[in-house]
Amino acid sequence: MILNEYKYELGTIERGYNNRSLYINLSDNTIKEKEVTQFMKDKFIGGKGFGLWYLWNAVTPETKWNDPENEIVIAHGPIAGITQYPGSGKSLVVTLSPLTHMPMDSNVGGYFGPYLKFSGFDALELQGKAEKDVIIFIDGNRGIVQIMESDVEEKDSHLLSEILTDRFAKNEEDKKNVSVVSTGSAADNTLIGLLNFSFYDIRRKAVRLKQAGRGGIGTVFRDKKIKALVVRFEGTKGNLNNPADQGKINKAGIKLHREICLLDDKQNRMRKIGTANIIEIMDQYDLLPTHNYKFGSHKDTYKISSDKFQARVTQGLPDGCWYGCSLSCAKAADDFIPETGPYKGQKVIVDGPEYENAAALGSNIGVFDRDAVLELNFYCDTYGIDTISFGTLTAFIMECYENGILDKEKTGGLELYFGNKEAALELIHQMARGEGFGKIAGLGIRRMKKIFIEEYGADADFLNDIGMEQKGLEYSEYLSKESLAQQGGYGLTNKGPQHDEAWLIFMDMVNNQIPTFEDKAEALHYFPMFRTWFGLMGLCKLPWNDIVPEDNKYTDEPAKIPEHVQNYVDLFNGITGKNIDKHELIRQSERVYNFQRIFNIRMGYGKRIHDRTPYRSMGPVTEEEYLSRQERYDNQLKELVGIDPEGMTTKEKIAALRKYREDQYEKLTDAVYQRRGWTMDGVPTIKKLKELDMDIPELIEVVEQHL
Amino acid sequence: MKVLKKDPEKCIACHACEETCSKLYFKEENPDKACLRIKETDSHPEIITCTQCGECIDICPVIAITRDKNGIVRIDQKKCVGCFMCVGFCPELAMFMHDDYIEPFKCVSCGQCVKVCPTGAIYISEE
Repeated sequence: MILNEYKYELGTIERGYNNRSLYINLSDNTIKEKEVTQFMKDKFIGGKGFGLWYLWNAVTPETKWNDPENEIVIAHGPIAGITQYPGSGKSLVVTLSPLTHMPMDSNVGGYFGPYLKFSGFDALELQGKAEKDVIIFIDGNRGIVQIMESDVEEKDSHLLSEILTDRFAKNEEDKKNVSVVSTGSAADNTLIGLLNFSFYDIRRKAVRLKQAGRGGIGTVFRDKKIKALVVRFEGTKGNLNNPADQGKINKAGIKLHREICLLDDKQNRMRKIGTANIIEIMDQYDLLPTHNYKFGSHKDTYKISSDKFQARVTQGLPDGCWYGCSLSCAKAADDFIPETGPYKGQKVIVDGPEYENAAALGSNIGVFDRDAVLELNFYCDTYGIDTISFGTLTAFIMECYENGILDKEKTGGLELYFGNKEAALELIHQMARGEGFGKIAGLGIRRMKKIFIEEYGADADFLNDIGMEQKGLEYSEYLSKESLAQQGGYGLTNKGPQHDEAWLIFMDMVNNQIPTFEDKAEALHYFPMFRTWFGLMGLCKLPWNDIVPEDNKYTDEPAKIPEHVQNYVDLFNGITGKNIDKHELIRQSERVYNFQRIFNIRMGYGKRIHDRTPYRSMGPVTEEEYLSRQERYDNQLKELVGIDPEGMTTKEKIAALRKYREDQYEKLTDAVYQRRGWTMDGVPTIKKLKELDMDIPELIEVVEQHL
Repeated sequence: MKVLKKDPEKCIACHACEETCSKLYFKEENPDKACLRIKETDSHPEIITCTQCGECIDICPVIAITRDKNGIVRIDQKKCVGCFMCVGFCPELAMFMHDDYIEPFKCVSCGQCVKVCPTGAIYISEE
């Protein structure tokens, strides 16, 4: 049954913009177009900039994630949809997160973003709540948007996306023109729901999924009673953005294709194994989160190393998640047969494994079993659960279980010790069914800590030390203990501890390129700003530094990959006809980054106190951890702290090291705030906003209350 | 299968082959729009031609490149989305593009260039 239908004029994209967006309110089934103004383009550029701006206008400081006025905004960006440069088909999803109560943003592949753009819209705003489950369909060739009641029984993404692709495609040939956004049954019952964005794999003849994973966006999607979004667009060509200078884009793209062709096998093997290439490297450097981030390596890592996964990755042809991505990190294992759950015994496709999944669903919960990792990965995706949050919160639960804070009685019989793959799988099935301990686990670490402290009498200090969440979001999968810069890379972020802002471990810890606080602060200014830019454009980060030109090491700043930065400048100028340089690129990001910080402050967060991190991210919490790397820590006490550890008890040594490391983090925070143009409480100054041309009255109004 | 072969030592870099090819393909005498290339170097010229190896077939994300019944690797322009991955990944660097067009182009062993080559530096061979 169609609840509302809206017809619109098809248009053409001018220099990367449609100059309009699509607004849908599910409470009253409004569908309308909105103008994308010059102001929006100047200040927010596109992608997550547009998402944050629309959300800012939709909510008040009192809005909760499950209030009808909360929005989910999906936007791509001016560069998105080009086919010549790798990684150019990304969507940015923005909403108020049920985990953090602040704006969340997530960057996801799949064809939805480009097809939304080619259908005529620079963003899709979803507000309100439907009464019954709905499907929203955008027909980008006929100019029709429909809200329809859902008649689909299936609740999990791998089935939903397949059924809807079949339904909305005219025939097999047309399936590549359809993309579906959906989530799974666990998004109804947890706060860690994700969104799956589909693309049709014409060689496998199967629907594949990419995830907007972080921060519970899928939970908001289901709270609005959206079953799926479907877009259909036929006619993709290489010039639909009508760029100002197609030649500039072609040149940059072909140069990078050639670089990947010649160098990927020697560098990161992204085409062969994807992000999983670093599993054993992380282990080797003691950076692979193991047993809830206690350790950085494990004797059994070889059982989940990249070659083990590579042997399971099928087809042997690299897959991109948008046309023209020759880096092709997407991988899949065909004919995987789960041993548990509702799809037990059926042949399914597992998208992945990504590095994050191998670490979250493997080493961090002590499961050194390739097929168990793949099965958890499959269920996380189809149930609509963020693999990172699931892994990190399960690791937390397991440490609580081994410390007697939880027992079989509290978990309803699940023996959640490290390495128990059966218990981990049952936990995820409970999340999907909305039953038992799975319901508590699905609330995330922050809420679990509260329950364990208030109801089970757990030691609050211990839980706050080992619960790897900050701002309400679970940590992603790198051990930051030995890299102060990475502690900041996680802690001094806008949306929570996710490494998409800065990944500085090698620069800092391995190569010692940023020794002083000022150096680290510069890195924690530049890289978060630079990486924010991908989210404004609809781009992927990986083709920036997961492949580098052969002579990169001889450049003045190898960590920045100067040649690739110039590629991005060329892409933006080629599309828009503007003439920015690498400095203006950073300023574009700074505007949006500071805006997001102020948005956090407006929602009651975003200050220094919210940038504090759990001690597990900084150093050894327990004697077990200290003793496992005693020589390293003893030496640090001697050489860095200036204390002779001789004769001290382990407890005393832990305390002395902690005092030193916490103090280092505070000093780092001072330096970073100063570099970013913020007060020592983490508030962007009016001077800074003026410098950025972001002294917009409504922003000034927020910061003034905190200066 | 017919394949355009080369004997660079005979090449005098007169570029007649490129002109003929671009004229046939794009109605224009422009070596930048030819499906083969003569690169002048310090020693004898380098001739860049397609060997019909078909590496580009698996590279194409939309299966727009296929081998026809005669073994010739061809691009379906309608299916092509213009990503130029095939251009970057060609082992012979014999997949070409020009900014005037949004799809790449390549040699289909038609042999017209062979007819105008004064020295026999290029020839069609049956493989």
